[in-house]
Amino acid sequence: MASTDMIRNEFWRNGPQPGSFYNFPGGKNSEQIGSAKRTLQPIVTGTSVLGVKFDQGVIIAADMLGSYGSLARYRDFSRVSKVNNSTVIGCGGDIADFQFLKSIIEQRVIDEECLEDGFSYTPSSLFSWVTRVLYNRRSKFDPLWNTYIIGGVDEEKTFLGYVDKIGMSYQADSVASGYGAYMAQPMDARSLNKYEVAIVTKDGVEIKSPLTSETSWDIANFVSGYE
Amino acid sequence: MATLLMKPDETSSYAPKQTYFSPYSFNGGTVLAIAGDDFSVIASDTRLSEGFSIHSRDVEKTYKLTGTTVLGSCGFHGDVLTLTKMIEARLKTYKQHHQKTMSTSAIAAMLSTMLYYRRFFPFYTYNIVAGLDDEGKGCVFSFDPVGSYEREAYRAGGSASSMLQPLLDNQIGFKNQQGVEKVGLSQEKAVALVKDVFISAAERDIYTGDAIVIQLVTKDGIKSERFQLRRD
Repeated sequence: MASTDMIRNEFWRNGPQPGSFYNFPGGKNSEQIGSAKRTLQPIVTGTSVLGVKFDQGVIIAADMLGSYGSLARYRDFSRVSKVNNSTVIGCGGDIADFQFLKSIIEQRVIDEECLEDGFSYTPSSLFSWVTRVLYNRRSKFDPLWNTYIIGGVDEEKTFLGYVDKIGMSYQADSVASGYGAYMAQPMDARSLNKYEVAIVTKDGVEIKSPLTSETSWDIANFVSGYE
Repeated sequence: MATLLMKPDETSSYAPKQTYFSPYSFNGGTVLAIAGDDFSVIASDTRLSEGFSIHSRDVEKTYKLTGTTVLGSCGFHGDVLTLTKMIEARLKTYKQHHQKTMSTSAIAAMLSTMLYYRRFFPFYTYNIVAGLDDEGKGCVFSFDPVGSYEREAYRAGGSASSMLQPLLDNQIGFKNQQGVEKVGLSQEKAVALVKDVFISAAERDIYTGDAIVIQLVTKDGIKSERFQLRRD
């Protein structure tokens, strides 16, 4: 046995063992090839998104902060987006994942408009689609780390829906994600007083951006007992 | 499933906030079904929760599948949505292939295989199928999340099932009662019992409340009734 090993090693100097693959120096080895990168934790994140129905439409709001952990890293990220004249989408969680899905949605809307058949994505069809995408990604253990709030008006009926990163979704008259689920107030350190709102009515979509809310430190000396 | 729901090492000190990915969450909800001689009743609450917060007070967890079959499904709502969507698609193709709607017992058998198909990445759902069988008798089929199923006279499933089931054992099964006359269950008695046990469950279980939707399945069709529960 020893002699055959020696012969083989001489013959295949620095090469792969018979039956195995050659690993180029400095290259990826065969174990790394095919291993996929996954979002196992969010990196740059947005906080709460809020959505409310009103008598003639839907309003979705989110602030513009992109947090890097507890660092307020980016202050001009847009987290609400117009899909078409009847539908808007707002997002919390990993902003890269949102921008990825947003670009897919935008391409799908373009493809859809090219058909010129008078149809377009309705809020409920987009909601259904996003739910399926997020559920399928979670089932592959490769989630899109987001919560989405989808709103709009379809044939004069308002729509508001919530989808999270594991494909759990529902419709309601008002929805909130993240900290806003507990309180729609700026109690979250990972939030900013610069925000956007998207308003959908039967007449179309209006995005108001950027807006600011007044802040005041005058009341700070009244707060005590939390030190 | 226990390993999937388990958090990885949380003692890590360098991260201010350790996030981890779990493909499941528990969204609460309770379903309950009772079979009578020529009817069946199936009910669910309408609360959708996660941890200590309530997502919605108006999500029904009973799904009309055919004119004689209703499914109750709760647990992880993402799986509930996926499973019900798959069932509805299967029922459609069955009808197109066979020119008839699927019977309640066939739906139950199909659901069992659909659940077992995902044996190693299960649908985290508690299912109860209620309706009328081929002879027009009331029937209830209960399932575990991986597809084991049996036909029963009554069954509670989901969040408050461990509170409801003993009550049903006593009131419908006449368990632990002495010298009791074992009379058959009327529709009125069944519906009243459903309301009573859900009121009790809502007192103690934070994942059950807001309202219940009761579906009464008879040969004349499915009648739906809503009943308020406490909302706290």
